[in-house]
Amino acid sequence: MRIKRLVLLFVVVGLTASLLAACGPAPAEETTAPPSEGEAEEEVQLDEVVIGIYQPMTGAMAAGGEQTMQGIELAHSQKPEVLGVPVKIPLVDNRSDKAEAATAMQRLIEQEGATAVIGSYGSSLSMAGGEVAQEAGVPAIGASPTNPLVTQGNPYYFRACFIDPFQGRVMAKYAIEELGVERVAVIQDVAQDYSVGLASFFRSAFIEMTGDASQIVAFTSFQTGDQDFTAQLTSALGEEPDAIYAPGYYGDVALLARQAREAGFEGPLMGGDALEAPELIEIGGEAVENLYFSSHYHPDAELSPASRPFVEDFEAEYGERANAFAALGYDAYMLLMDAIERAGSFDKDAIRDALAATKDYAGATGTISMDENGDAIKDAVVLTVENGEFVYLTTVSP
Amino acid sequence: MNLHISRNRILTLIALVAFFLLLAYASSNFSPYVLRIMNLSAIYVIFAVTFNLIYGYTGQFSLGHAGFAAVGAYVAALLTMSPDQKVANFFLQPIVPLLANVQLPFLAALVIAGLMTAIFSFVAGWPSFRLRGDYLAIATLGLSEIIRVLLINLQSVTNGALGLKGIPGYTNLFWSWGFAVVTIFVVKRLVDSSYGRALMALRDDDVAAEALGVSLLYHKMLALMLSSFFVGIGGGLLANLISTIDPSVFLFFLSYQIVGITVMGGMASLTGSVVAACLYTVFLELLRPIESPFSIGSLDVPGMPGMRMVLFSALLLLVILFSHRGLFGGREFGWDWILDGFDALRKRLKGSKERTGADSDSEEAS
Amino acid sequence: MPFQQFLQHLVNAISLGSLYALIAIGYTMVYGILRLINFAHGDLVMVGAYSVFYAAAIFHLPWPLSFPLAILLTGALGVLIERTAYKPLREMPRINLFTSAIAVSFLLENLSIVVFGGRPKAFDRPAFLNANISIGRVRMLSYTPVIIFTGLVLFGGLMYVVHRTKMGMAMRALSRDIETTGLMGINTDRVIMFSFAIGSLLAAVGGILWGIKFPQINPLMGVTPGLKAFIAAVLGGIGNITGAMIGGFLLGLIEIMILAFLPHLAGYRYAFAYAILVLVLLVRPTGIMGEAAREKV
Repeated sequence: MRIKRLVLLFVVVGLTASLLAACGPAPAEETTAPPSEGEAEEEVQLDEVVIGIYQPMTGAMAAGGEQTMQGIELAHSQKPEVLGVPVKIPLVDNRSDKAEAATAMQRLIEQEGATAVIGSYGSSLSMAGGEVAQEAGVPAIGASPTNPLVTQGNPYYFRACFIDPFQGRVMAKYAIEELGVERVAVIQDVAQDYSVGLASFFRSAFIEMTGDASQIVAFTSFQTGDQDFTAQLTSALGEEPDAIYAPGYYGDVALLARQAREAGFEGPLMGGDALEAPELIEIGGEAVENLYFSSHYHPDAELSPASRPFVEDFEAEYGERANAFAALGYDAYMLLMDAIERAGSFDKDAIRDALAATKDYAGATGTISMDENGDAIKDAVVLTVENGEFVYLTTVSP
Repeated sequence: MNLHISRNRILTLIALVAFFLLLAYASSNFSPYVLRIMNLSAIYVIFAVTFNLIYGYTGQFSLGHAGFAAVGAYVAALLTMSPDQKVANFFLQPIVPLLANVQLPFLAALVIAGLMTAIFSFVAGWPSFRLRGDYLAIATLGLSEIIRVLLINLQSVTNGALGLKGIPGYTNLFWSWGFAVVTIFVVKRLVDSSYGRALMALRDDDVAAEALGVSLLYHKMLALMLSSFFVGIGGGLLANLISTIDPSVFLFFLSYQIVGITVMGGMASLTGSVVAACLYTVFLELLRPIESPFSIGSLDVPGMPGMRMVLFSALLLLVILFSHRGLFGGREFGWDWILDGFDALRKRLKGSKERTGADSDSEEAS
Repeated sequence: MPFQQFLQHLVNAISLGSLYALIAIGYTMVYGILRLINFAHGDLVMVGAYSVFYAAAIFHLPWPLSFPLAILLTGALGVLIERTAYKPLREMPRINLFTSAIAVSFLLENLSIVVFGGRPKAFDRPAFLNANISIGRVRMLSYTPVIIFTGLVLFGGLMYVVHRTKMGMAMRALSRDIETTGLMGINTDRVIMFSFAIGSLLAAVGGILWGIKFPQINPLMGVTPGLKAFIAAVLGGIGNITGAMIGGFLLGLIEIMILAFLPHLAGYRYAFAYAILVLVLLVRPTGIMGEAAREKV
């Protein structure tokens, strides 16, 4: 009995000590690091500059994180130093989880000493990290978060992509003008901010362009985790729509497409940029043919003078054709490098100001200028699936 | 006996003062990264201690913690956000007028969050706490998921899947650990009281306890509402710590994690819950390197994303299988326990007193 | 609502319900024997589906080989789980057993995220299950009758085993009173192992059919089927195989028909099953077919 107690006592003491040890030494580094770092940046030559990357490498959004990372790594290998200083790109996984995203950002800034940050795929993850970056005064650039809220009221957050209201307009316009759609059913994933936003922007753009709210013949929902959409589809198809707009992630939309085809729907399906993943075609098979979606990039689209070289470099590096998220990751890194060069220093505020002043930058995904919110103003492309391949259709300017 | 009690009170008081001095030192000297982990630890402490009250002491397996935390988080967030932030957040569907202009100080918001959660738990628990064992677990898991579905769909109140952004970051060490200490203190007082004995009697044999005149539902609901009150506050602290929440933060995996922490710490041991919650948060951070991919020169090491949760769940299983009662197995950390331990130690290791001195220092700091 | 559309909803409901029913009978059988909600049952569904996927992707096995292989593998895993995680706790309070079940489920999910990767994978549907069947304007794919047929065959087989064989008699005895059954000279360990093997085989079949109906598999795909099947089992009266069958179809019917008649509730669909569960537990905890609860004091 007594021995047990002693053992336990040592366990408690040991654990306490390990807790203190875990928290203890770190601050010692930290408390001295930030001030000296700030001065060092301006006066002494640094031996490296840290650009922190935070992306979902696990969890629901891992696919997007991996794709973005390919582009960032390619860009890094092409431009491994800036202002004569080597660039280091530590990656922290945010696990597709909001609470983790904030900690991940904090870790990049504190532990890795990031001067600027790139990330993250997934708007909600970007927002969670954005608050931390803003507080610490670290400029951050997201590759693909398209929710308007990401940059709103956050002067330190920028993005290399366009935002959802624009994306919704692009598809509404394309549906009316090119596909000749008159009646449309909208099916949103009510648990995803991305899907809810896009569905609503599409609806308002469609109503504005047609002037007739009754042409949205059905507006219904499913929820991430649901796999059976037959009830929603049967009800929606009962209204005889010409097309279905289903903004969601590729896995769910691929299933939805199959069930729509099984229910006998042969018209066009439409969606947003999150559909671009090989799994969409693997899972969807023939069902995703005649599917149209707005995106940021396609290797066949000459969006700017930088597009062609990027396509070739990417194929040389990875042996496959580049996708939109890789291209955006590439652009995010290059935009940041461009801003650091224009700022002429590693001062965080100077980099922020330079990013905000970005104008007519020729990126792989198009010619990019930042608006007053820090959102990229640029073209969108419309893609479709033909014979199991993503095919470029057209470019739509803002 | 009396002497012991007053001695213990003084020791507790000294330890508390020392602890808050440490917090004061930490909050001005530690980096925000470490502070964030310390804050998260405190919130998990609140979750684990309150879960232990329901599970370890009362014997009710409730998987509703994630849902209750969600209620608290949303109430606190909506009450602390500025009207401007709310307008910016609710850009798809405007917020209900009732909530649009409310803004309260943090303490008031947290207390209201706790009360709302307690009321909510009463409404949800009144029917479901008539169930027993694993039925109760599944029913509360269902309730927790229903809460999440409501949060997703009631767009004009919760902003739906878009979540809330720009919640003021009020949570600091004093708020988080302050409430953690209050939670521990209240739960400890409750389980040491006659109510606590009744709860444990229910846990061990509800039929016999009821035959002895212990009201089953009354005591279960008391434990549930008290723990929900603090879970709500914990949720509020979490919202004001990470400053952005959405319904997916409160998936039932959160409840699983709380179950895991509590079981590992030991059923009916508050010390166990506290230690396990802190260890969980810290180790999850320390273990991060094992799963992130890294490169040495041109060699890419893929890393194993998700490995940390595998370790956690494997450890949980091992604890359940081999040390049925967890790390502390119903024992508590207390002054008598330590001092007796020291006496024993002194007798055993005559001569090497420096070590004991060093130990008692770190003991007090914890 | 036009009648044709109603019929289409009905077909959809039966198609979905048959899958719930199939998974629910495995669930309910394990519960009937051990009084344990085997939380990992849903994850065995996932393992079954992944086994087929990898058998096809790595060893290029055609489905007539990969399906039985996957079913056997999953059955073996189920027995392994019973031996390592449940058996040592059989004498402990039930709550420990349940905690262990949650831990196993959590472990299987996290492990498969690491091993299989988090990205969803495509599940190949054999061609003969992909044919269109149209009756008037009501449509379904050929897998729907196959799922219903498989469900009925397995149900019949299970009823036969439980009511007509020696092992089944032992199982029924065990479900009444483990201790006494042991005293009668029956090897209870073997019977429990057998029940778990059967339950896991059924889970694997459920997983394969789930993959055929929803050809997208991911590490967390078992969570929803697991919970829905449990709810179906409770609805029908847990521990009762016929009840699970009825409960499964009923749950499919309720889920689809609420949406068919109240389409604006689509966003809440996910919560229907849970709401039904809570209601049933409160109003009639023994379910439709359940006997009065035999609470062991």
